[in-house]
Amino acid sequence: MLQAYFPVFLLLLFGVGFAVFTMLLSHFIGKKKPTPVKLSPYECGIKPIGTARIQFFVKFYLIALLFLLFDMETIFILIWAVAFHDKSIQVFALIEMVVFITILLVGYAYVWRKGALKWR
Amino acid sequence: MPLRNYPNWGLLVMLELFLISAIKIAFVVGVALGAMPFVVLFERKLLGWIQVRPGPNRVGPWGLLQCIVDGIKLFFKEEIIPDQADKPLYLLAPALVVIPAFLVLAIIPFGPTVHVLGRDINMSVTDLNIGILFFFAIASLGVYGIVIAGWSSNNKYSLLGAMRSSAQMLSYEISLGLSVVGVLLLAGTFDLRTIAEQQAGGFWHWYIFQQPLGFVLFLAAGFAETNRLPFDLPEAETELTGGYHTEYSSMKFAMFFISEYINIMTMSAIVTTLYLGGWTAPIEHGLLPPWLAGPLWFGAKVFVLIFFFILIRGTWPRLRYDQLMAFGWKIVLPLALANIILTACLVALDSPWWVFCLAGLAVIFVIDRIVTMLRRSTLRAA
Repeated sequence: MLQAYFPVFLLLLFGVGFAVFTMLLSHFIGKKKPTPVKLSPYECGIKPIGTARIQFFVKFYLIALLFLLFDMETIFILIWAVAFHDKSIQVFALIEMVVFITILLVGYAYVWRKGALKWR
Repeated sequence: MPLRNYPNWGLLVMLELFLISAIKIAFVVGVALGAMPFVVLFERKLLGWIQVRPGPNRVGPWGLLQCIVDGIKLFFKEEIIPDQADKPLYLLAPALVVIPAFLVLAIIPFGPTVHVLGRDINMSVTDLNIGILFFFAIASLGVYGIVIAGWSSNNKYSLLGAMRSSAQMLSYEISLGLSVVGVLLLAGTFDLRTIAEQQAGGFWHWYIFQQPLGFVLFLAAGFAETNRLPFDLPEAETELTGGYHTEYSSMKFAMFFISEYINIMTMSAIVTTLYLGGWTAPIEHGLLPPWLAGPLWFGAKVFVLIFFFILIRGTWPRLRYDQLMAFGWKIVLPLALANIILTACLVALDSPWWVFCLAGLAVIFVIDRIVTMLRRSTLRAA
């Protein structure tokens, strides 16, 4: 069974090799004439104002949290979907999933009403 | 499994496995990296024609060598590492984006099983029984590279682009995962090869006809996952100059570019496998041997999807960021859930394929009507 993952491992090695090789090659054959202006952060030719560690919108955190919740549900549903092919459990599995998604939708409606999906 | 035919010669078995894997990887990666310049060229040409200009036509006949020359040029470009950049992370980020892009290539089945030198060789780098889960797991790793690239560049545009990109990819990943459930319900397996084989025998067996709604949702989420127009907010060049790769130059920029195009190709390949029958022929013909017909059909279908990607880029305006998030969370996500329940009910009822098709199309039609009506009423109120 594990030998099915051997090509994946080989491809991983290739990917690492590709990344390291191209970066090193361009490092060695590219010209280098650094100047202080060239090495400063790019802000359309204007002198950078303040630090780049700016505050960003708190909604991004909210999206990350929502993603965690819904992605967990997705994982449950994906596995349920494959097991669903078994005819003997189909009706039970269908009722279970309707209940599951109803609970999910209650949470979803709450999130929507609270304005977490509104981007402003 | 051909490997069991051997007595317990561990080394020989390992060597055979290594050789077969290496040849397959060389082929798949060669095709992906070799096709990439031509996909880029084709995209530039097509965009040129859409915008009534010739597109690249100077280097080589029909501009064919343009992207190869561009690649060589990028090697010789100056490598700039900004003073304030977090150097280790800054160098790590392009690798973290390009490695998952390569890894996903491993699971794509591009042809049937062929009999070579007394062995059954599957035409795919490997066949994992968790195929589609592997795709979700590895493809989403690319987000790390993008966030790290944006953070370590120490540039406001990069940071904003990275935050947008990660939020967008996370949001649409849920929709991507949920919209594929319809196919899993019909197929009963995660294995991409089995899913493709189930659609053999003619184009009416393709899952697109049983899953029209799932197909549309998966394609929309796929566009967002690959950061393509109309969802290309992360690198919206008119507002963020280049998004998360603003500070990258030379081959490090090229790696972001390569991984973007490889991601488009893998996304097209996954859509082909899940919904368009993979390598199977639309109509059984038997004109060509299967080891040739399979990859050809697969390539043709992937090409049509890439063509579609480019057409959308050439004709659609970019969404606003709040519209993008609203579309993902308020339209695609509930529709994907509805598709799951609908498909599960129809599977439990043993419906024929045309019932699936009509039900899916009906949902698409109703939603389209509702959205249009809501849009009109908000426009009238404004």
